[in-house]
Amino acid sequence: MSEPAVATAGVWKYFGDYPALRDVSFALDRGECLALLGRNGAGKTTLLRILAGLSGASKGDVKIYDGVVRASATRARIGWLGHAIGLYDELSARENLQAFGALYDVSKATIGEWLERVNLAHVADSPVREYSRGMRQRLAVARAFLHGPDLLLFDEPFTSLDDKAIALLQSLLTGVRAKGVTIILSTHQIREAMELASRVALIDRGKLAHFGPRTEEMLGDPGYIYRTFGTAA
Amino acid sequence: MRSKIVLALGLVGVPLLLRNLYVILFNLPDEMEQGPVYRIFYYHLPAFFAATLCYTTAMVCSILYLVKKSARYDAIAMACTEVGLAFAAVNLITGMFWGRISWGIWWAWDPRLTWALICWLVYFGYLMLRKAIDDPTERAKNAGVLSIFAYVSVAITWKAIEWWRTQHPGPVLSIRTGEQRIDPAMEQMLYVNTLALATLAAIFVITRLRQEEVQREIDALRRYAHAL
Amino acid sequence: MRTLRHAAAIAWKDLRSELRTKESLNSSLSFSIVVLLLLAMAFDTGSEIVTDYGGGILWLAFAFSSTLIVNRSFAREMPNDCIDVLVASPASGASLFLGKAVAAFALQSGIQLICLPIFGVFYNVTWWRNPWQLFGVLLLGGWAMACIGTVFSALTVNLRLRELMLPMLMYPMLVPALLASMTLTNYLLMPGAMPPDFAQWLRLLIGFDIIFTTLALALVETILVR
Repeated sequence: MSEPAVATAGVWKYFGDYPALRDVSFALDRGECLALLGRNGAGKTTLLRILAGLSGASKGDVKIYDGVVRASATRARIGWLGHAIGLYDELSARENLQAFGALYDVSKATIGEWLERVNLAHVADSPVREYSRGMRQRLAVARAFLHGPDLLLFDEPFTSLDDKAIALLQSLLTGVRAKGVTIILSTHQIREAMELASRVALIDRGKLAHFGPRTEEMLGDPGYIYRTFGTAA
Repeated sequence: MRSKIVLALGLVGVPLLLRNLYVILFNLPDEMEQGPVYRIFYYHLPAFFAATLCYTTAMVCSILYLVKKSARYDAIAMACTEVGLAFAAVNLITGMFWGRISWGIWWAWDPRLTWALICWLVYFGYLMLRKAIDDPTERAKNAGVLSIFAYVSVAITWKAIEWWRTQHPGPVLSIRTGEQRIDPAMEQMLYVNTLALATLAAIFVITRLRQEEVQREIDALRRYAHAL
Repeated sequence: MRTLRHAAAIAWKDLRSELRTKESLNSSLSFSIVVLLLLAMAFDTGSEIVTDYGGGILWLAFAFSSTLIVNRSFAREMPNDCIDVLVASPASGASLFLGKAVAAFALQSGIQLICLPIFGVFYNVTWWRNPWQLFGVLLLGGWAMACIGTVFSALTVNLRLRELMLPMLMYPMLVPALLASMTLTNYLLMPGAMPPDFAQWLRLLIGFDIIFTTLALALVETILVR
């Protein structure tokens, strides 16, 4: 139980000669919720993609629950939700969850449960194309939680969600945190993130400018972190 | 350092090329059946060797890139492929001239001609793919994979096409035939001119490599500027 | 074993969504019929030529229609960034490739089976002389196209000119496989005993399949993890 959930050591990522990430090292304990902050293009998405195994670090070491990311067993423990919803428009909600669930060995009963939980059971067999924005987003959330991951990696989860979906996501996140699931989310919506977060990291032009516990000052004042730890005003 | 290497290669290569040209045109005798036109062969075959050398280096560097992820190998692979295409073009065009005079036609769907053309198209596709990808890391990775596929496919095509009936002159070099089919002086000239063209190819590759590195530096600076 | 199970799940998912939209199936089928029609105009279908070039005509139609199928293979994953979800899942790059190649192969084979009788009618060819061997050649040649096509679909999926780049890259590399498939099909369309180099071409086709499937399985993970 002692090893951290996520540990990176000296992670660099180059796009050509341009370093998008520069020497990022941190360790996140199990059950923590990390809010990853930073301006557009600072490297938040790049870091999350490396943690999810979608992208390889140019230099440095990434360990998830003490395993390498591209090991199949490690990835089975990760839940990913990116900018886009990651669902097939032409398939129904059930078929979508079945298609992804098959890669994680998720049972039919679990899929039914999740359809209930995100309140989509009544439309589970119509194609996702016909869904409203909010319904699609709820399904995307269900897809990310479906296999009961131990680590959730969410890239800007609140930006595209409507109020109902945000409320659902927040309650789900609080629920799984209580069970010891580790969460990393990158976001602009500082207020929502701060309520959940126990740790805060600020990325500034590819560098980890700050990594530490969330303090009371951060809760009330969204600009506080940028002012205190950011380099550029 | 690198410009000194280019200079040294140039000092060896250029006089050698000129000397070879002189010897090929004035010293070596005409071939018995073909007459003077056979001399184009001194550029035709060495150009093929130089191109093959380039493609092979490109393939090796592509594998090295995929293993080591060092942009340098990708740049070498790219430069080698470009130069290889140029020499392959020399090989194709000299061959066409020779065909016009010896066979009476510019182009025959002869296996080796067909092969050379396919090979050219495959590697041209490699350069097209590079042009189409903007992100340098992504480009290097995908081009590296394609280069390996290209080399293997070209090798299989060579085999496939050998089974066709051919009207292309068969191998003449003693290392392939195991006997002396041509005048030793002629064979020797083939090797010497291969060396000369290979030197030329090396100069081209190094020059192209420098361009590529400057280009990369510019791209990186541009990205920095955008990030600020 | 896990790889195969994941591959089956991916293939099933691909087939299901293709059968629902029929995007590439319809275009690919009608395109291959158009090609057969146009080539019938180019050749004198009544003459002996057809038995000499029948294999060539057939495989040209197959090759053209195949690009339309494999083009969609990874392009299907691009809306909503589904590709990210698949790559982040426990399924390996190899199983992803295998699933997609099998799905493309199945769709392709369906089209080939429809085209074959149409070819017979258009060109007045008795194609059922050696049906099992012919299906064998369709299998081997079809897999070569599906395999190379799926890899290049992954290579070109992020490009602006994807639809143009894919055939540009694919056809020159497919030359040995297409050459072998055309020759073998010609032999099988002819009456009488097989020529002596039949086995040689067959070996080439099998070798091509094995080599490129191995290469693809080994390299596809590198392509997908960016």
